[in-house]
Amino acid sequence: MNQSKRKIAPRSLPKVPTGIDGLDEVTGGGLPRSRTTLVCGGAGCGKTLFGMEFLVGGSLQYHEPGVCIALDEGADKLADNFRSLGFDLRALVKRKKLLVDHVSVERSEIEETGEYDLDGLFIRLAHAVRSIKAKRVLLDGIDSLFAGLRNEAVLRAELRRLFRWLDDENLTAVVTAERGNGTLTRHGLEEYIADCVILLDHRVTGQISTRRLRLVKYRGTSHGTDEYPYMIDNDGISVLPITSLALTHKATNARISAGIPALDEMLGGKGFFRGSSVLVSGTAGTGKSSIATAFASAACARGESCLYVAFEESPGQIIRNMHSVGIDLEQWVQNRSLQFYAVRPTSTGLEEHLASLQKLIKRLAPSVVVVDPITSVVSVSGIYGVKSMLTRLVDFLKVQRITSMFTNLTFGKGTEERTEEGVSSLMDTWIVLQTAPKNGLHVRGIHVVKSRGMPHSREFRELIVGDNGVDLGEVLTHRRAAASDNRRAAAVQR
Amino acid sequence: MKKSSTVKKKSDLGSPGDFWELRLYIAGPSPNSVAAIANLKKICEDQLQGRYRIQVIDLLEKPQLARGDQIIAIPTLVRRLPPPVKKIIGNLSKAERALVGLDIQPAR
Repeated sequence: MNQSKRKIAPRSLPKVPTGIDGLDEVTGGGLPRSRTTLVCGGAGCGKTLFGMEFLVGGSLQYHEPGVCIALDEGADKLADNFRSLGFDLRALVKRKKLLVDHVSVERSEIEETGEYDLDGLFIRLAHAVRSIKAKRVLLDGIDSLFAGLRNEAVLRAELRRLFRWLDDENLTAVVTAERGNGTLTRHGLEEYIADCVILLDHRVTGQISTRRLRLVKYRGTSHGTDEYPYMIDNDGISVLPITSLALTHKATNARISAGIPALDEMLGGKGFFRGSSVLVSGTAGTGKSSIATAFASAACARGESCLYVAFEESPGQIIRNMHSVGIDLEQWVQNRSLQFYAVRPTSTGLEEHLASLQKLIKRLAPSVVVVDPITSVVSVSGIYGVKSMLTRLVDFLKVQRITSMFTNLTFGKGTEERTEEGVSSLMDTWIVLQTAPKNGLHVRGIHVVKSRGMPHSREFRELIVGDNGVDLGEVLTHRRAAASDNRRAAAVQR
Repeated sequence: MKKSSTVKKKSDLGSPGDFWELRLYIAGPSPNSVAAIANLKKICEDQLQGRYRIQVIDLLEKPQLARGDQIIAIPTLVRRLPPPVKKIIGNLSKAERALVGLDIQPAR
C-alpha cells in the first residue's frame, strides 16, 4: 500500500524535527518519523546528549513526550549531568513530558537457565510509552545488553523484534551504540536499523579537537554526505552546515558610516552599505585596528551596538591603545553598546569559533561586527579552512543585515596576495592600508581597492591617526590616473 | 567465604527455619512462562518442601512491577529470601543449573 502511495505522490519521508541546533537543516527536516535512527560514535562524542536533546527538544518544542531507556546511566546521574547543560530533566519527568527508565543489566547477577526472551524490556518500554503517551523513544547504550546477556542469538532476534515493534507503534526512536573497530557499531546494529544512521566522530588534529557528524545513511531522503562540524557547549549540541546559506539575502540600499567622515566621502559620500562586509588589510602598524575601532565607536555613538571579536589583544589592551588616539571605547563598554569577545584562535577549532560567534551574534543582535584580525585564524587553520569559515560567517551576518569589518594583517608581497585572494572575494568593500614616503617620512596611506555597488574614490590618501581619532589627509600619489579620471573609474565600478 | 557458605548450606538444608521466598516474572501464557511455572513448582516440591513461597507476577497485567526488580528477560526468577537477592533468567528447564543459581544443594 505504501508502495502504491509513493508512486502517486513521490515525496520524501515525513520527518520529525529534533530540536538540535542545525541538525534539522542538515537532514532536511529532522529524523525520519516513526522510524529508528542509529547514532553511533566513540566514547565521549555526545551520543547520549544527542539522544536526550532529541527527547527534550521533542517534549518542549513539539509536544512530543519521550521515553528514555537508559542502559548505561541511572536516571539520577543523567539528570545531574544534564543539569549542567541547563536541562531540567526532573521537572520534565514531573510534568510527564519525559520518562527515564534505568535498565541495569549485570551479567554477574544473572544466571541463565533455559530459554527466555526480552519481553520484560518490551513490557517496560510499552508501559512507559503508554503512561506518558510518548511519541519519541531513546534507547541509550544498547551495547550494555550485549554485555549483560550471554545468549547473543536470542538478543539479536529480540532486538530485531524491538525495532519492528517501535516501527509498528509509530514511535520515532534514537538508538545509541558504541562505535566498533572498523565498523560502525561494535555489535553490527547497523544491520537492523537501516533507515537512518548518524555517525558522531571526535578527533584531534594539530592538538585541537573537532567534532564531526556524518549522515551515513538516510533512506528515502536526499542528504549531504559531508561531514558536518558540531560542537558541544553550555547549550548542548550545535551542528554547523558546512555549505553556506543560499545566496538569497536581500540587499539593502541603506548606508552606514565608516566612522571617519573623510572615508565616507571616499565611499560615494555615504559610507558602506548596511549588511555588507568590509575587509581592511595592511602590513603591521598601518592602522587597521584604528579604522576598525573608529567604525565600531561610531556605531555605538549612533546608539547602535557592536560586537568586537578580538583574536589578538585583550579588550583592556584595545581600549588603552585606542584611548591614546582619542577614541574612547570605555564609555561604550560601560553602556553595554560595545561587547568584546576576546579569545585566542588556538583555543578551539575553527568550527567552534564560528559556532560560538553565531550564537553570540544571535543573542546580542549587534548592528555591527568587527573581527580583528582574521590573520591569526589563518595561522591556525590554513587559508582553506578560514575561507570556508568566513564564507559562512559573512553569509550569516548578511542574512541578519549586520555590517561586518574584518582586519587582515599582511606581511610581504607573497603572503599578502595569497591570503587576500582567498578572502577578498567574499568582501564587498576592500580597503588597503600601506605606508608611503612623504617628505622623507613613512606615513600611513589608505586606498579603497573595491566597493561593490557604489562609486568610490580611487585616491591613495594619507591616513592620520592622531590624538583626536582617525582622519584622512591629502592625496599621496595618484595611483592610477589623474584626479579627473576618478569619476570615470567610479562609473566602471558601478 | 566459600567455606562458610558451604557450611551454611548444610545447615540451610537441615534447618526448617530457612524460608525461600521466590518471585517469578512471566508474560501471559507464553510457552516459556508456562514452562517456567511448572519447572519451578517441581524444583521446589523436590527440594524445599514446605519451606517456600512462590509469587507469580504476570507483567502483562502489572507492567509497572518490572522496574523494581530490573526485569528485562522473561521469565525471570528472583530469590528474595534467603539473602542475597539472586536472579535467574530462562524457563528453568535445566534444573541443575537452576539449583546452582538459587544456591540450593540437591537433597539427594
